[in-house]
Amino acid sequence: MIQRWRRHPGYWAAIAHRLSGLVLALFLPAHFLVLGLALEGEIVLESAIRWADQPLVKFSEWALIVLLTLHLSLGLRILILEFLPWRGSRQALIGFGALVSILAGSVFLLKLE
Amino acid sequence: MVENMLDVEIWRGKETGRFETYRVPNGSSQTILDVVTWVQRNVEPALAYRFACRVGMCGSCAMTVNGRPRWTCRSHVSKVVKSGRLRIEPLYNMPRIKDLVVDMTPFFEKWQAARGQFKPSITRFDPMERISPDSMRRRAVDAGIECINCGVCHAACDVVAWNNDYLGPAALNRSWTLANDERDADRGGLLSTISRSGGCHSCHTHGSCVEDCPVGLNPAAGIAGLKRMTLTGLLRGDLG
Repeated sequence: MIQRWRRHPGYWAAIAHRLSGLVLALFLPAHFLVLGLALEGEIVLESAIRWADQPLVKFSEWALIVLLTLHLSLGLRILILEFLPWRGSRQALIGFGALVSILAGSVFLLKLE
Repeated sequence: MVENMLDVEIWRGKETGRFETYRVPNGSSQTILDVVTWVQRNVEPALAYRFACRVGMCGSCAMTVNGRPRWTCRSHVSKVVKSGRLRIEPLYNMPRIKDLVVDMTPFFEKWQAARGQFKPSITRFDPMERISPDSMRRRAVDAGIECINCGVCHAACDVVAWNNDYLGPAALNRSWTLANDERDADRGGLLSTISRSGGCHSCHTHGSCVEDCPVGLNPAAGIAGLKRMTLTGLLRGDLG
């Protein structure tokens, strides 16, 4: 159970930042594996890229874009909080991060054919 | 006329124990502290709790009310109770002594560990130093100095719950006010002390301390300031 005192945007931002980082770390080996296929020749890489056109993989790609931009903007928030002088709760930064992530996800969806 | 009653769950015991439910008159504009006092005076004389001033000056009546740490004397029942439920526990992150009373020794030991004492740079025979109220550092001190050691932020902090060594938002807020005190003789030593494991760099900036501080202080911003100050100190080589 999430304790009552944790139910505020700062807590959720920290959780989202950490979980998105974990998922992205899990994705990285697969990413490098596919990139490594380029060394084995054009046909092997091409077939992997074709395989990635399946709807479920495309959906995962969309999720990756959203998680990546979320992780990036929440990471920038941490850098701002740690290195710039600030007052108040700076919760607008969290909203901005979520907005960047939603925008990136929407652009990705629009670009899909 | 049927009196309007409120069911209140109150923690009885130490680390192990149980919630007991009491029926309390639901008076208008009563505080959580009034409710606890009513139970102790009318139903359960053995109920242990701590309070002193009843007006938000002393900081001794802090408890966990419906999952959030609060000053019970400044929390109106009508503003806290949602869907008729009221659950009162001792503060989290501190050892429980009995019922609603916690042992605050570890909390105050952390103030000591964070070098919470002022180190004077002159004696009483020297003329007083003149600090401009408008200076940046004096204003930083002003923003954090009103802490009354109630322990609410310490109880709300996730890092305190995870890491026994973490000094916590209250102690580090004290360090922040001292680090900005131009009269303090050993700023380098202070920054070095709070840079160690469990010091300011352990803060994850969740901001629960800011959410729950009854005085409206911002320990998280102070801790972020300490992080910057220690980094600058490290680069300049003047960490004691």
